[in-house]
This record gives sequence, structure tokens and C-alpha cells, in this order.
Amino acid sequence: MSNSKPIEEMAYEETFAELQAVVAALESEGRPLDESIALYERGQSLARHCASLLEKAELKVRQLNGEVLQEGA
Amino acid sequence: MNQIPLFDTPRLTVTEFTRRVRRLLEGDKALQDVWVQGEISNFSRPASGHLYFTLKDAGASLRCVMWKGDALRARGMPLHDGLSVEAHGKIGLYEPSGQYQLIVDILRPAGEGALYAEFMRLKAVLEAEGLFDPARKRPIPQFPRKIGIVTSPTGAALRDMLNVLSRRMPLADVLLAPSLVQGEEAPSALVAALQKLNTIYQPDVILLARGGGSIEDLWAFNDERVVRAVAGSVAPVITGVGHETDFTLVDFASDLRAPTPTAAAELATPITIDDLVFSLRASLERLDEIIGRKIYERRQGLNAVNTGLKFYSPERRLMTEQQRLDDATRRMSRGLGGRLALESARLDGWRDRLESLNPLAVLARGYAVVSRPQDGKVVLTAQQAPAGSNLNVRLAEGSLDVEVIDNS
Repeated sequence: MSNSKPIEEMAYEETFAELQAVVAALESEGRPLDESIALYERGQSLARHCASLLEKAELKVRQLNGEVLQEGA
Repeated sequence: MNQIPLFDTPRLTVTEFTRRVRRLLEGDKALQDVWVQGEISNFSRPASGHLYFTLKDAGASLRCVMWKGDALRARGMPLHDGLSVEAHGKIGLYEPSGQYQLIVDILRPAGEGALYAEFMRLKAVLEAEGLFDPARKRPIPQFPRKIGIVTSPTGAALRDMLNVLSRRMPLADVLLAPSLVQGEEAPSALVAALQKLNTIYQPDVILLARGGGSIEDLWAFNDERVVRAVAGSVAPVITGVGHETDFTLVDFASDLRAPTPTAAAELATPITIDDLVFSLRASLERLDEIIGRKIYERRQGLNAVNTGLKFYSPERRLMTEQQRLDDATRRMSRGLGGRLALESARLDGWRDRLESLNPLAVLARGYAVVSRPQDGKVVLTAQQAPAGSNLNVRLAEGSLDVEVIDNS
């Protein structure tokens, strides 16, 4: 469940995917409580990051400019 | 086909005659599915919605009717006398006037026929090559992070698509590869833009779009080079060219055809930010629910163990002793209090009895005690107080000294 990247740098899709994995892992039985709580806290952080990504989301639009076009031509 | 009998001169009513001619005309397959080219004259569009006109060329004229339902499809076209058109339809005979006419179902400007023929030819070639094979079509990603757009940088189509994308999926990155979308140079520009996007940006999906226009305006999207570039695109391509009713060859080669640029942007974002918010909320609730249940279960277990532990612990005996002590103290103080109350009640009883025996108590109800001041004796009879003697009258409050005026 641990991820090498800090949460703040994760993209929405992977953050949410990990959140879902955390939920699934919590749902499976036979886990010590402290581990469950650590998982829960991880899940909370992931969810918070997701929420802030959604809040701040703004379509980023760029345009291929002349130089780039020439580069590929 | 009916043969006129040779051995007898037939005698027919006008209706029978007309009906025979009608059958003759309508029996000719070549006249049932035909394109006729000519110039419109005597055009009229009465309230019924049907169109009536005559097609003519230098040598002949042909009456035509177009029924309302078919006429609706031609409404984008400005129809007027002198317009050169191609009309598709079948022969018909209007019995009341005995006139044959072309019943038109498709009307298009002259010249489109050649374009259409080229369209069909190229479509057949590319289809035979397997370029339009449904098996070649790739699924559109549910959650594209990088969206490439090939369209005119100044058109309304781009504005519409960006509006839809920023409303539905503002998490996405968009890269516009601007291109000409009509004219001689458009096909090569479109091909170059598609290739640039694929090599430089590697988008998850590409939108190839253009707003509505005439068939000539959209023609670049029927160009073989463009069609091949779409079929060869690394990223799946959604086409949104023209309006709902416009079909171009890129639509057949693309992975998904949208009726308009706006619809293309919608199809490129099957999952919207609202969906994300919803499922995030659901995950969060699930997370709380699970951890809440786990903690509850643990606490229940803990309580059970605790109960067992307490049963055997010295603390419990201590508490039992404590309780017994409390109990005794309570009983003791209850006993003491009871005795005090009893004494108090008894005292009250005596006090009441004493009060009832107070001889002066009756004075409060209006009686008075009369006595002789000289010896203090209570006067019980009139004889004891002769006229002129003084008496003392004791009232509930204070007393009076009075003189007997009469004694009878």
C-alpha cells in the first residue's frame, strides 16, 4: 500500500486508485487494528488530495506552435 | 406488360385508359429509381408543405412534386426558379389531370452528383481495404488525461469543445494542433496535425472536428490522405464533423463518430468530474464505515474481556465491600432519620392537643369572657352583675371595662 511518491505529487487517477485499494484492503479481515488505523489514515490523506485536485481542477489548454510543428515535420 | 389486343379495338373509359397508362409508366423499373438533372421553374411551396415545380432543360420540361416529409430534408437548400439541380425520385401519374410527374424524394444542387460519386468510389475502395472494419475500432478511454484536438484555432467548434471539456473533465490536459479545415491545403494540414499530436504529445484520445458547412466545405474530411491518417492514428480518434446529418469518410475510419464537435467532446469524457466527486464521496464514506465498524467490534471484544476480568479482580471484592459499607451507612442514616421524624410527629400531636384545650381559643371565634374586676370571678348569670356594677370583658384581642346599665 505504500507509495514511493509523496501524495501531493500524485495525479488524480493514481490517487483514487490507491484510495480504492485502501478501502478494499480494509474490507478484508484479519488485520491488526493499528494497521487498520494506519490504512484508514492513509485513505483519508488520499481522499483529501483527491478532493483538493478536484477543487483546483482547471482545464489546461496548450497549442502546438510553429516551432514544434517544424520540429516534427 | 400489357399488350393491346390486336383482334379487337378496345373501348375504355377515360379512367380505365388513364389507369393503363399509369401502369405502363410505373411498370418501367428505370423510371422508379432515377436521377434527373434540370433547372427549376414554376417553383411553389403552398401551405400544405409539399413542393411543386417543373424541371426543364433546353428540350423538354418535367412536372415534379416533392412531398412534405421529403421536402423537410431539403429545407437547408435555398430553392428558387433558375436553380440547377439533380432530383431523385420515381415516375407517377396524377389521374385527375392525366399528367405524369416525377415524385422527388432527394433534391441537391447540380454538381454534387460528381462529388457524391467520388465519395462512393473512395468509400468502396477503403472499405475493401478493411479501413472501416469495426474490428479495427479501439475503445475510447474512460478517463483521458491528455486530449488532443485537431481543428481550426479560430472556429466555434474549438470553443464549443473546450467549453464541454472544462465543464465535464477539467482535470484533463488539452493540446490543440491547429489546422486548416477547408480548402486545397486542408487535407495535408490535417494529416500533419494528426501526426504531430501522435508523435509529440501522445494523447489518450484525439478529437478531429469541424463545425457545420456545405458539402464542399467539409470535403477535406473525405480526402483519402486524411482518412488514412485517421485510420493510422496511434491514439483513438473521435470525429465530430459538421452536423448530425453530415457523414464524411473520416467518420467511417475513426474509432467513434460523433454527430457534432460538442458531442465529440462529450464522448471523449465518459466520466465527468461530477462522477469523480460522487465516487470519492462514496469511498470516503466506505472508509469511515469500515474503520468505525472495526473499532466498534474491537471495543465490544474489549468490553467482554473487561467484564470477565473485573469479575475475578480484587478490585471487584473491594467494590463489593465498599458497596456493603455504603449500604450499611445508608440504612443507618435512614434509621436515624426515621426516629427523628417519629419524635417530631409525636411532639406535633401533643402541641395540637394542648392547643385544643386552650380556654381562650374560643375567643377567636367571637366569644368573650366577662368577669368582675373586684374579685376576677367570671360572670355566668345576670344576677351576678347588678345594674351600675362594673365588668371586665375579655376579647380575642384586648379587653374592655364596661358598666351594667340594665339587669333584667
